[in-house]
Amino acid sequence: MKFINEVWVFIEQHDGKPADVSFELLCKGRKLVKEMKGTLKAIVIGADAEDIAKQTFTYGADEAILIEHPSLKHYQTLPYSSILNELVNSKVPRIVLFGATVIGRDLAPRVASNTKSGLTADCTDLQISDVKYLKQDYLKLLLQIRPAFGGNIIATIITPDVPIQMATVREGVMELQPIENPKTGKITRINYKPDSVNDLVKIVEQHREDNKVNLKASPIIVAGGYGLGTKENFKLIEELAHTIGGEVAGSRAAVDAGFISPDRQVGQTGVTVRPKLYIAVGISGAIQHRAGMQESQKIIAINSDPEAPIFDVAHYGIVGDATEVIPTFIDVYKHKLK
Amino acid sequence: MYNSIVMVKQVPDTANISGKVMKDDGTVNRAKLPAIFNHEDKVALELALQIKEKYGGKVTAITMGPPRASEILRDCLYMGADEVYLISDRKFAGADTLATSFVLSEAIKKIGDYHFVFAGRQAIDGDTAQVGPQTAEKLKIPQITYTEEIKEVNTQKVIARKKIDGGYEVVECKLPVLLTVLKDIVEPRPFSSKRVMAFKNAKSLMDLEKLTEENSLLYIDDLVHEYEERGLLIKTLTMDDLELDPKRCGIKGSPTKVYKVESVVLAGSSQTKVEPTKAAMGELVDQLMTDHIFG
Repeated sequence: MKFINEVWVFIEQHDGKPADVSFELLCKGRKLVKEMKGTLKAIVIGADAEDIAKQTFTYGADEAILIEHPSLKHYQTLPYSSILNELVNSKVPRIVLFGATVIGRDLAPRVASNTKSGLTADCTDLQISDVKYLKQDYLKLLLQIRPAFGGNIIATIITPDVPIQMATVREGVMELQPIENPKTGKITRINYKPDSVNDLVKIVEQHREDNKVNLKASPIIVAGGYGLGTKENFKLIEELAHTIGGEVAGSRAAVDAGFISPDRQVGQTGVTVRPKLYIAVGISGAIQHRAGMQESQKIIAINSDPEAPIFDVAHYGIVGDATEVIPTFIDVYKHKLK
Repeated sequence: MYNSIVMVKQVPDTANISGKVMKDDGTVNRAKLPAIFNHEDKVALELALQIKEKYGGKVTAITMGPPRASEILRDCLYMGADEVYLISDRKFAGADTLATSFVLSEAIKKIGDYHFVFAGRQAIDGDTAQVGPQTAEKLKIPQITYTEEIKEVNTQKVIARKKIDGGYEVVECKLPVLLTVLKDIVEPRPFSSKRVMAFKNAKSLMDLEKLTEENSLLYIDDLVHEYEERGLLIKTLTMDDLELDPKRCGIKGSPTKVYKVESVVLAGSSQTKVEPTKAAMGELVDQLMTDHIFG
């Protein structure tokens, strides 16, 4: 089979502002096309999106495909998916990447379903590799790597027998590395005529605030887990973060227990962070959580269970009860930095 | 009157994995995992039941899975579903989300006559959130994912609130529509004890086949007839019932394959142990100051 060696990244935007995750994916895409000897294309859809199309070159796009129309200002499932369905079906790119955002998770499965492509959600790594699968050789397949089954295993998923490989990736998983002297790529405009099918759905109201929480940008993060037991105890995390000038975060279990809001979740299904210091308190350290923080420069783990897997990625381990350890730590810190 | 079809799934309880579940080689022993009703799907069923109570209509629950999945269909009956279907076939095994959505969409077409298709946002065994939208695409109907609230249903359209990144959106959508729902938006009702009494013996074709295997005095056709008469037969749809192309079902119809599975090997601990004392923590703070992290 002869393939079109193209990697496409869907560029998500809100009111003319591109999503970070889309540019992060371009940066990863740049590495993938290098190994595939292919081309990286940004797919930009919006009302007034030429500026975004131009920005994609800074992150490595060779070409931006731009679909502009006033009716495309806000993301809507039907018009956006029909545009992508048509593009993907006609051009057959080898790889299509989406941010695993609410929009990406609404859009990517529709496109995969229509184009009968393979789609893997929430990948924590993507690689290009030759593969031998069921005694057959496949050249330069996309390895879609993600924790699975409650984090007890890491699965590598491949899409060997269909031409299009799709994946979604959470924000922060891939590193944002702008090119210093980017070359200006080509912008290809594609005409769009709204279809009456789009009238099936209307947005009647929208409330959106840019995420005020920016965990990725914080040099210090203090994260709490289910092990803290109560929302009351979780306040200690906030106190510690406040004292040492960090942001508060939590594991998925802490979010599920209602200790902390979902926009502060670190891990495979939350945000991936790389701070200078990450303090994990009462977090056992399932692979999904570790996937989101193990590249932190320094990790301190505080846990009452000496066997907790979090200690295996920690640089400093403190075995003890958080309700005793944290107040002591705060005391010591205040004393030292007085 | 609005009819709903609710897609439900039985999932391994991945949140409660115990030692017994992990085999010595580090792989997962699925048979040892307790199987539960995916919570968000239960929420989806509750929403469908509420629409039925408010506007009239019928609620049908469907699941694709092994014969054992009839367990959660009984739960659906206990909660108030009017009709349930077990979509089951050996040839469906190993399906990824694309093959699953193909089979489910064909089953939904066959059942027909619906205004709503409901599903949980995602199932806890994979967290992919893909099957809902993939099914909607195959049914060529609009979708509202991440639904937080159904505000109104009127003359062939629904007004619903959905989550978006950083906020919410209220959308108005013509029917039929597929909705995927978030977990905390309504509390699934408890089983009705009257319905438990009525349906606790409801069985699928596969359940009955198992009975005949265990007891040579029973004949499958008689049993099926008897259970049907008593309203206790959980309807089953196989690949042949749905007249599906085997190339699009199960592992054959799945473009994604698991190439490699590695158990999580933890790198040997290289951490420095810090005692929970003032002195030891003081040294730690000193070290972090030296590293220019603090101060």
